[in-house]
Amino acid sequence: MAKKKFVVASFDDENVLFPAVKKVRLAGYKIHDVYTPYAVHGLDKALGLRETSLHTAGFIYGISGTTIALGAMSWVFVSDWPLNIGGKPHFPLPAFIPITFETTVLLSAVGMVLTFCYLCQLGPFVKKHHFSSRATDDHFVMVIECTSKTNVEDLKAFLSNTGAFDVNVQEAEANWWLGTYDKEQVLIKDEPTVA
Amino acid sequence: MSLLRYESQLREPLVDGNKTYHDVTEDICRPIEGKPGKLWYIGFYISVALLLFGIYSVYREVVYGIGQWNVNHTVGWGWDITNFVWWVGIGHAGTLISAILLLFRQTWRNGVNRAAEAMTIFAVMCAGQFPVWHMGRVWNAFFVFPYPNSRGPLWPNFASPLMWDVFAISTYFTVSLLFWYSGLIPDFGTIRDRAKTKFRKFAYGIASFGWSGSTKHWQRLESLSLVLAGLATPLVLSVHTIVSFDFATSVIPGWHTTIFPPYFVAGAIFSGFAMVQTLLLVTRKVLGLQGYITLGHIEAMNKVIVLTGSIVGCAYLTELFMAFYSQNQYESYAFFYSRANFFSPYGWAYWGMMFCNVVSPQIFWFRKMRRNLWVTMFLSIVVNIGMWFERFVIIVTSLFRDYLPSSWPYYYSPSIWEIGFYVGTFGLFFTCYFLFSKYFPVIAIAEVKQILKVSGESYKEKMDKLEEEPVEEFAHAAAH
Repeated sequence: MAKKKFVVASFDDENVLFPAVKKVRLAGYKIHDVYTPYAVHGLDKALGLRETSLHTAGFIYGISGTTIALGAMSWVFVSDWPLNIGGKPHFPLPAFIPITFETTVLLSAVGMVLTFCYLCQLGPFVKKHHFSSRATDDHFVMVIECTSKTNVEDLKAFLSNTGAFDVNVQEAEANWWLGTYDKEQVLIKDEPTVA
Repeated sequence: MSLLRYESQLREPLVDGNKTYHDVTEDICRPIEGKPGKLWYIGFYISVALLLFGIYSVYREVVYGIGQWNVNHTVGWGWDITNFVWWVGIGHAGTLISAILLLFRQTWRNGVNRAAEAMTIFAVMCAGQFPVWHMGRVWNAFFVFPYPNSRGPLWPNFASPLMWDVFAISTYFTVSLLFWYSGLIPDFGTIRDRAKTKFRKFAYGIASFGWSGSTKHWQRLESLSLVLAGLATPLVLSVHTIVSFDFATSVIPGWHTTIFPPYFVAGAIFSGFAMVQTLLLVTRKVLGLQGYITLGHIEAMNKVIVLTGSIVGCAYLTELFMAFYSQNQYESYAFFYSRANFFSPYGWAYWGMMFCNVVSPQIFWFRKMRRNLWVTMFLSIVVNIGMWFERFVIIVTSLFRDYLPSSWPYYYSPSIWEIGFYVGTFGLFFTCYFLFSKYFPVIAIAEVKQILKVSGESYKEKMDKLEEEPVEEFAHAAAH
C-alpha cells in the first residue's frame, strides 16, 4: 500500500474531543480515525459510523450451531445407529436440548470472535502503524488523511484551535479493515438531523 | 453521552484516590513492569511443588490403575468427582461477574472482572482433570468426542448427562477464554505501547493482536462483549445445571431430586465468590490495588455470598423436608440416617457443611462484618471448605449405603494419591494465578477508565455542582 500523509491531533479529554470532532466534520474534513484508550460511548455516532452488524453474524452462527447439533444427533440416533438404551425412545428430544444449547453457544461465540478479528484485522503478528503510543494510555488521537487539496498548515492551526494540545504530521501506510471510514462515514451535512 | 455521567452522590466511588487516566495505567502496569517480590517467588515455588506432587499422583494412577485410589465398589466417585464439582462451582463466579453483572449494568464489576474471569478459567482447567483421569484408561479419553470413527462408527450416548457434561464443560471453558481474552486485547495494547524492553514489546505485541484503539474497533468490541455476555449468562446457569443432572437423573437416594439444578447453581456462585474474595483480598494488598478493588467491591461480593448462602440453606432444608414428606424409606434413610445424624459415620461432614455454608455466612447481614477484611478472608475460606463438604456429603453419603447391605463398606477415606491429585490441582490453579498476576493486567485497564469519570472519587466531588443544575439545562448542555 502506498504511503499517505496524515495530520495527527492529540486531545487529553473526551469533553474536548467531542466538540472537536463535530467542528472538524462540519468544516468538511474527513476523519481517518479516532484512537481512544477506552470505548468512548457515543463517539461512533459522533463520527457518523453505522451500527455494527456483528451481533447479526453471532445470531447466524448460533442458529447454525442449533441446526448442526440437533440434525447430527437425530441422524445418529434415528438413522445411523439406533441404540436401545433401556427401552427409551430413539428420538428423545428433551434429552437433546442440553447439547443443542451448548453447541449453539459455542459456535456463536467462536464465530463472533473470529469475525471480530477478521473485520478489525486483528491477530497475532499483525503489524500496524500506530499514530501515537499514548492512544492506549490517556490520549484521544484524531487522525485526518490529507488529500491533494488539503492545506496542511491550515488544518494544523484549525485542529489546535479546537483544543488539541499536540498536532503533528505523519506519513504512514494506512491501516485497513473492512468498513473503513471512507466507505462508511457520511458527511455531517448529509446526515438527517436528530433532535 | 454526558448524561450517562450522572450518578448519585449517595453511591460510594468505585475508584478511590484522585486518579487520572494515566494514573490508572501506571498503577495497573506497575506489577507487570517491575520485579516480583520475595513473596511471589515463595508462593510460586510452593505452587509448582504442589503441581509436581499432583503430576506424580496422576502418574501412579495412570500406570497402576484406579486401584491407587480408595474408591471402591459402592463409593465409585469419592474424592475425585467431589473435587470436580467443587472446582467447576468455583469456576462460576468469574462468568457471573463478567456476564450477568454486565447485563445488569453493575459497574462495580469493572474492577474485579479480570481476576475473577482468570480464576474461572484456571478453576475449569482444574475441574476438567478429574473426570478425564477418572476414566482410568485415559488414552481412550478421545472416545467421548462424536466423530466418524473406525469402531462402527459407534457414537457416544447423546442422551446421557455425562455426555452433556463433556459439551458443557468444554463449551464453558472455550467461551470463558474467548470472553476473557477479547477483553485483554486492549490492555495488552497498553502494555505494548509502554514497553521499555525489546522482549516485552515483542511478546505483548503478539498478545495484543495489533490493537490500535480505533473507534470502530471499540464499537465492535463492545458489541462483541455484550453478545458474549448474553450468551455466557444462560451458559453459566446451564453448566452447573448439567453437572447437577449427573446426580439428579440417577435413581440414587439423595440424588434423585428436581431441586438440584437451582441448588447447585446457587452453591456454585456461593463458592465462586468466596474464592474470588480469597484471591482478591491478597492480590489487592500485595499489588497495591486498594484504590480499584475497594471496600465497596468487597462488600458487594459479600452481599452476594450471604444471598446465595441463604439460598443454599433453603435448599438443604427443602431436601430434608421432602425426604420426610415423601415417606420414601430410601430417601429417609439417606437423609436421616446417613446425613443429618450425628452418629452416622459421615454425620460430622453433614453438620460441618451446615455450619460452614448456612450458619457462618449469616454474619454478613451486618455491614461492619461485610466491610471487615479479616472476617471476609476467614469466612471466604470457611465457605469454600463448606462447599467442598457439600459435594462430599452428596456423593459419599448417598453411595456408601446402597441398596445391597452386603456390599456396604464401613468407611471410605481417600488414599494418599487421591489426596495428591487434589493437592496437585491446587498447584495448577495457583501456578496459573501467580503467572497471571505477574504477566497480565489483573484489573481491566480500559474498563476502569470507562467508569473513572462516572465513579472516580476525584470526579464525584464535582458532581455536587451538577446536582444543583436544573435537568433541562444540563441535558441541553450535554447534547452535542
